[in-house]
Amino acid sequence: MSTNTDANQGGNGGQPPVKLTRKDFVSDQEVRWCPGCGDYAILAQVQKVMPELGIRRENVVFVSGIGCSSRFPYYMNTYGFHSIHGRAPAVATGIKASNPELSVWVITGDGDALSIGGNHLIHAIRRNLDINIILFNNRIYGLTKGQYSPTSEMGKRTKSTPFGVIDYPLNPLSVALAAEATFVARSVDTHTQHLQMIVQRAMEHKGVSFVEVYQNCNIFNDGAFDMFTARDVKEDRMIELEHGRPLIFGKERNRGIRMRSDMHLEVVELGNGVSESDLIAHNEKAPDSYLAYMLARMEYPEYPVPVGVFRDVQKSTYEDLLTEQVERAIQNMGPGDLEGIINSGDTWVIE
Amino acid sequence: MESMTILNNVEDKHIEELESVTIRFAGDSGDGMQLTGTQFTKTSAIVGNDISTLPDFPAEIRAPAGSLPGVSGFQLNFSNHDIRTPGDEPNVLVAMNPAALKVNLADLEPGGILLVNTDAFSDNNLKKAGYGSNPLEDGSLTGYRLFKLPITTLNRAALRDEVELPPKEIDRCKNFWALGLMYWLYDRPLEPTMNWVNEKFKKKPDVVKANVTALKAGFAYAEAAEIFTTHYRVRKAAIAPGKYRNITGNEATALGFVAASVLAGRPLFYASYPITPASDILHELSMRKNFGVKTFQAEDEIAAVCAAIGASFTGNLGLTGTSGPGLALKSEALGLAVMTELPVVVVNVQRGGPSTGLPTKTEQADLLQAMFGRNGECPVAIVAPATPGDCFHMAIEAFRIATRYMLPVIYLSDGYLGNGAEPWRVPAMDELPRFEANLYKDPDNFQAYARDPQTLARPWAVPGTPGLEHRIGGLEKQDITGNVSYDPENHMHMVETRAAKVARIADDIPELEPFGEREGRLLVVGWGSTHGSITSAVEEMQGRGRSVSSVHLRHLNPFPRNLGELLGRFDRVLVPELNMGQLWLLMRAKYLVPAISFPKVKGKPFKISELTAKMEEVYED
Ligand code: SF4
Repeated sequence: MSTNTDANQGGNGGQPPVKLTRKDFVSDQEVRWCPGCGDYAILAQVQKVMPELGIRRENVVFVSGIGCSSRFPYYMNTYGFHSIHGRAPAVATGIKASNPELSVWVITGDGDALSIGGNHLIHAIRRNLDINIILFNNRIYGLTKGQYSPTSEMGKRTKSTPFGVIDYPLNPLSVALAAEATFVARSVDTHTQHLQMIVQRAMEHKGVSFVEVYQNCNIFNDGAFDMFTARDVKEDRMIELEHGRPLIFGKERNRGIRMRSDMHLEVVELGNGVSESDLIAHNEKAPDSYLAYMLARMEYPEYPVPVGVFRDVQKSTYEDLLTEQVERAIQNMGPGDLEGIINSGDTWVIE
Repeated sequence: MESMTILNNVEDKHIEELESVTIRFAGDSGDGMQLTGTQFTKTSAIVGNDISTLPDFPAEIRAPAGSLPGVSGFQLNFSNHDIRTPGDEPNVLVAMNPAALKVNLADLEPGGILLVNTDAFSDNNLKKAGYGSNPLEDGSLTGYRLFKLPITTLNRAALRDEVELPPKEIDRCKNFWALGLMYWLYDRPLEPTMNWVNEKFKKKPDVVKANVTALKAGFAYAEAAEIFTTHYRVRKAAIAPGKYRNITGNEATALGFVAASVLAGRPLFYASYPITPASDILHELSMRKNFGVKTFQAEDEIAAVCAAIGASFTGNLGLTGTSGPGLALKSEALGLAVMTELPVVVVNVQRGGPSTGLPTKTEQADLLQAMFGRNGECPVAIVAPATPGDCFHMAIEAFRIATRYMLPVIYLSDGYLGNGAEPWRVPAMDELPRFEANLYKDPDNFQAYARDPQTLARPWAVPGTPGLEHRIGGLEKQDITGNVSYDPENHMHMVETRAAKVARIADDIPELEPFGEREGRLLVVGWGSTHGSITSAVEEMQGRGRSVSSVHLRHLNPFPRNLGELLGRFDRVLVPELNMGQLWLLMRAKYLVPAISFPKVKGKPFKISELTAKMEEVYED
C-alpha cells in the first residue's frame, strides 16, 4: 500500500491533524539507496522539517525526474510524482500553475537538472513559480553506474572518461542566478542542522527556491567533497553566509573575504590593519545578483566554499500572475458563457 | 467620386446564373490575399451559399517580394448546393503579380477567368518569376478569358483625393479594390466587408476610409468599365435550417475544448509551444481566461506535454497541442501519461513531413506515429475530426474518452482542417453531450490503481485530497496498489490491462453508418480531413449508378466495432489517404482484407476527380 490513513491523517473530514511528526512523512516503502548514500541524510532532514512547516500532508507534492535522488518521492508520505528524466520542473510547473494551493517540491540531481533537463530548470526558475527545487549534486551519474556528470571536475576519470573529463563543469548556482532565481542556497548532506535550516528557509520563501546540496555518492564518487566538508577541515575551508554579517571564516574566526578594487574577491587575515569593516557584509536581499554570483564562484582551494543563502528576494510568482489574469478576465468579460462564444462572430440564420 | 456617378448612370448588365464557382486569389505574401479570400468567404456565407476554403500560404513569413516562394493563395468554393471541398480547379484566378500567375496558372480550368494586375508585370518582377517574355503579351494565355487591369494605378487614382495616407499605405488597399471588383462580378453585397473594416480599424479612421473607398472603387469600376459584359449570380444553397457561423478547424478545436471544460465541470489547462499550423489554438484559448482556462506557453514541446500531465494530476483537463515534429518530442512523456493513467489530450495538427517538411501544407502522415511512436507497449486512444466543424465535437469526445477511461488521447487534425473554413451550424446547448469527470474522494481502502470494472479506469485522485496521498511515476506499477513492481507476471498483466482499456472504448462509440448501401461492389474508407472530397467523389460515383459506399473513421484507436464486418460486405475496399497508406496498413493487419491503398503526399488535399478516377479503376478491376 502506498497510502497511509492512520488516525491523524486524511479521512478526518479535512481537518488539520493535531500535530504531525517526522513519522507522518515517512512512507511505507523500503528505501533503496546504497547503504551510506548521502541521500538518506537529506531525506531525513526533509522529513524532520516538514512537520515544522505546518503544511498538511495532502497539500504536499514531491516531483522528481530520473536518477538516484529521484526515488525520493516514494519515501515521502505525501503526494508524489516520479516523472521522466530531466522533466520534473516542467511537471511541477503544470502542478503548481494549475493548483497554486499545493506545496510543490522538485527533487533532482546534477545530471537530471543540468544535463538532460537544463532547459526546463532555467525556465522554471525564470518564471518564479513558488516551488522548491533541491538539487542533489554528487558530481557523478549514479543510477547508470558511474559516468561523469555536468558538474564533474576536469580531468576526472570515470567509466565514460577513462582518460579524464575534457568538458568544463557547470556551477549549479551560477546557472540558477543567471536565470534570476529569487532564492538560492547551498548546503551539505552531512551538515544536518544547517541543511534543515536551509530547507526551512527554502520552504518559507515565496517564489522559486533553488537549493544545491553537496551529496556524497559513496559508490561511484566517494568523498567528492570531503576535502572541504569533513568535520576537521570544514571551518577552515568553508564559509557560512549570514545575512548582514561580515564574511568571516576559520577555526580562529580570523580570516575573511574582501573585495579588491579590481572587483576580485580575496581572502585576507584579520589584524595588521585589516578589520571586520573591510570585509564584505553579506546581503542576501540585494536586488541585483552580482554579489551572490561572485560568492557562488568561490571554489576550494582558492577560496573557502560558501554555504547558506546566497540570495533571497521577492517578486511576483508565475501562478499568482496567472490567477490574476484569470480573475481579471472574469471581472472584465464576465464569467465564461459557452453559448455566447459559440454564437459569436458573424452568424446568419438559414430558415 | 467620379466613378460612383458613372455607376448610377449605367444600366444593369446581363446576369448569368451559376451553380457553383471556385475562385483563387493569389499574390505576393504582402498583398493581403488571405484577408481578401476570407472576406469573400464570409460574405458568401452570409448571402447563404455553401462554402469551403483552402488557404495556401508560404512557410516564409516574408519571402523576397515578387519571388515564387513568396506566393500566397486562397481558394474558395461557393455554391447553391451542398459542397464539401474547396473545388478541384479554380474557375477564376486573380493573380496580383507574375509569380502568382506562374505558380497557379496550371490549376486554372481551361477557358477560366484570369484577372491580372498589369502594374506588377514589370521586367524585374517577370524576371523574378522566371518568365523569359511577358505572358500578357506573348500569346501564351490565349486559352483563358484574360482581363488585364492596372489595379495599382486604378486604386491610386481612386484614393488619391480621398485620403491622406502615404503611398505605401494606399497601395496596400489594392487587394480591397480587387475584392470590390470580384464582389461586382459575383453579385455580392459590400456591407459585410465594410462592417468588418469599420470594426477592425475603428481607431484608424483614415485606414477605414481608404479600404472602404478602394472596395467601392473596384466595384464601381467593374460596373462601369466596358470590359465585363456579364456578371454572375450563385443563389442560396438549401442548407439545413439553423444558426450558422463560419469556423476554421483550429477555432472549432479551441471552442470544443472550452466546451469540454464547461461540460465536464473541470478547468482546462493548455500547455503548448508555438508551431505551425497549431499555434492558432494557443491564441484562441489564451483569450478564454474568463472560462478559468489557463494557458501556458512552455519552453519547448516536452515541457508543454509534461505541464499538461502535471495539470491532469491535479484534476484539470490537461491539454497540449502541436504538429508532427512536436508529437515526436512528446513521445516519452506520453508514455508517462500511459503509465500513470492520467487523462491528457494531445492535439496534433498534422503537416507535411518528415522533419520540418512542409510546415504550411497538409498531410495525414502521423497516424502511425500516434499509434506506435513510443517506447514499449504503449497504446493511446486516437480520434480524428472529419471537417472543420467536427473539430468542435471531437474535442469534446477526446476529453470524454480521456476522463472516462483515464488515459491519454491523441487528436489528429491537420493543416487543411485547421486553416480551412466552413459554415458551421452552431449547436444548441442541449445538443452537447454531458459527461461526468468526477474526482475520487473516498479515503477508505483507497488504492491508487483500483479499477472500474467496466472501463478499467483507475481513480482520479488528486493532491489536496486528505487520505489519498500516493505516488505515481513511470516505473511499472503493481495493479491495484500502484506500488512500483518488477514482477514479470504483473508487467504482462499491466501491459494487457492498458491495452484493454483502449480496446473497451469500442463499446462506447457509435458504429459506422455507411454513406450509401450497406453492401456492394466498392467500399471507400477514409479518415480525417479527406471526408469532404471522398464523400463528394462517392456521391458522384453513385450518381453514375455505381455501387459505391464510404465510411469515415473518426475513431482510429480503437476502430468502431462494426468496421471489420462492413469490410466483408464489399468486393473491393479502397483507402485514400494523404500519406503512403497508414490506415490501410492498420486495417490490413487487423482484418486481413485485401484493401487497396490510394496514397497522395503532395501537401494538398485530394481532388474529387482524382478520387473518382481511382474508384472507376478499382471498380472495374
Ligand atoms: S549510486 Fe551513489 S548516489 Fe546512487 S544510491 Fe548509491 S550511493 Fe547513492
